Amino acid sequence: MSATSSDSNPIWRNWLGVTARLPWIWILPTAYLFFMLFLPTVALLLKASTEGPARFWSIATSPIALDAYRVTFSTALVTAFINGVFGLLIAWVLVRYEFPFKKIIDAAVDLPFALPTSVAGLTLATVYSENGWIGSLFAPLGIKLAFTQWGVAIAMLLISLPFVVRTVQPVLTDLEREIEEAAWCLGASKFQTFWRVLLPPIMPAALTGIALGFSRAVGEYGSVVVVSSNTPYKDLIAPVLVFQRLEQYDYSGATVIGAVLLGISLALLVLINLLQAWGRRYG
Amino acid sequence: MASLDPSLKASEAASTAKEVKPRDWAKIGLITTAVLYLTLILFIPALNVFVQAFSKGIGPFLANLTEPAFQNAVKLTFIIAAIAVPVNTIFGLCAAWVIARKRFRGRALVISILDVPFSVSPVVAGLMIVLLYGRNGWFGPFLEAHDIKIIFALPGMVLATAFVTLPFVAREVIPVLEELGTDQEEAAQTLGANNWQIFWRVTLPSIRWGLLYGVLLTNARAMGEFGAISVVSGNIASKTQTLPLFVEESYKQYETESAYSAAVLLALLAVVTLVLKEILERKTRIKEVKEDT
Repeated sequence: MSATSSDSNPIWRNWLGVTARLPWIWILPTAYLFFMLFLPTVALLLKASTEGPARFWSIATSPIALDAYRVTFSTALVTAFINGVFGLLIAWVLVRYEFPFKKIIDAAVDLPFALPTSVAGLTLATVYSENGWIGSLFAPLGIKLAFTQWGVAIAMLLISLPFVVRTVQPVLTDLEREIEEAAWCLGASKFQTFWRVLLPPIMPAALTGIALGFSRAVGEYGSVVVVSSNTPYKDLIAPVLVFQRLEQYDYSGATVIGAVLLGISLALLVLINLLQAWGRRYG
Repeated sequence: MASLDPSLKASEAASTAKEVKPRDWAKIGLITTAVLYLTLILFIPALNVFVQAFSKGIGPFLANLTEPAFQNAVKLTFIIAAIAVPVNTIFGLCAAWVIARKRFRGRALVISILDVPFSVSPVVAGLMIVLLYGRNGWFGPFLEAHDIKIIFALPGMVLATAFVTLPFVAREVIPVLEELGTDQEEAAQTLGANNWQIFWRVTLPSIRWGLLYGVLLTNARAMGEFGAISVVSGNIASKTQTLPLFVEESYKQYETESAYSAAVLLALLAVVTLVLKEILERKTRIKEVKEDT
């Protein structure tokens, strides 16, 4: 969009002329994107920049914010990789094996996308609490799951579950079995076949899924806010911190931490695009 | 991967022993692990929603459904979806058409920008809308002067919902349009059809399943959105409370039963969405097979 502004003047004027004569089918989506996406993003970034670099830095790196980033990113990263491993396994099982209820299980993998996040948080808080079906199994061991960082992790596992499965599944389906058989005929062990033959072509898709899951987990609010105790320095995540700052009418605090989160989300979006481009080159 | 190793080694030993059975053990082990993980993370929590909602029988459940706060939440959820979904459908169709049919500078960038609402945290999305339309926001003084309330009112909630559901339709329709190509549209044009006729008679029938798929996902997210709406609504009971907000608020007030009564409705919506999604996927698959033969 801004590429034209660096061009020479007549082209710029020409571009303006073209814009005025554009049909409505161009103007409608452009205007909508401008008002719905561009303007809000710019509003946040400009508002954050009015704080000045020194104040921005001191708010963005206040101890409570730093600890919220630590909880958010460490939990999101670990859960993204756990879902990477299990997502790969689920995709493999769904593509290669036949077993009862396979169709239903395949469809149910998308449930976290369709289930409202507050419902997910509510049911996790019940199931994983001390008296819950699963939480009561851990309570005698002295492990509290709900309302701790474990609860945050479980919520993130649930909401980012479908990503790796859905990115890897089509790649696995397209993969020819002959390649594995060839590797096997040439004397490769099962493990070598998996590591050297199967994994490389799946890798871009799996990493894309992991990055998508990580990005989603970092921004997650609804399920985590219910299943965590939202205590600072313990299980408070950054999006909840933004919300709390807003509730206290601390607009600078909310804006600065929100801008940090926005910057990280946009960086992740670029990374995901690069991973997808890598995947296409592979295919 | 640690859990995979033993089973893989077992099958390795089996292949040298020329037996079929241990290979099955690897398969059974992998399937069991996958299903066990899904059970812990997904199936048990999902089942729990239904068990809790009807734990005291159908009577208390139905009684909870007649509460005024609950009924207002249902009404508001439907109103917001009824505005946000059509608006984003029209935008999505136009955007998809432009992106799929035209080659312009920055096209790849626009496709990436479309994904921004998916990667931004819902709370940050809500914050952006507050910073634009809130009291101290850019448009705040103007809105106040004209006595228009957006934040803590319906318009803000619609804006927040429209923001988080913006990409769905465009993302589903773009690949369908690209695959469709322009041959039929050009043929219609040569035969004298005008743009509207081409759209209604040629393009729309071909993209209808992809479009419905996008609308379905938009609606599911619109009715289930929590974070962004939570920021802009102020969560005022009976006034700016949607069903997902009602669930959280009831839970916080220790009214677990009403929380689950609302939650089960939202869970049913999710299940219906998945069933319709499966049907639509099958429809498009059948069409592909037909075209192949």
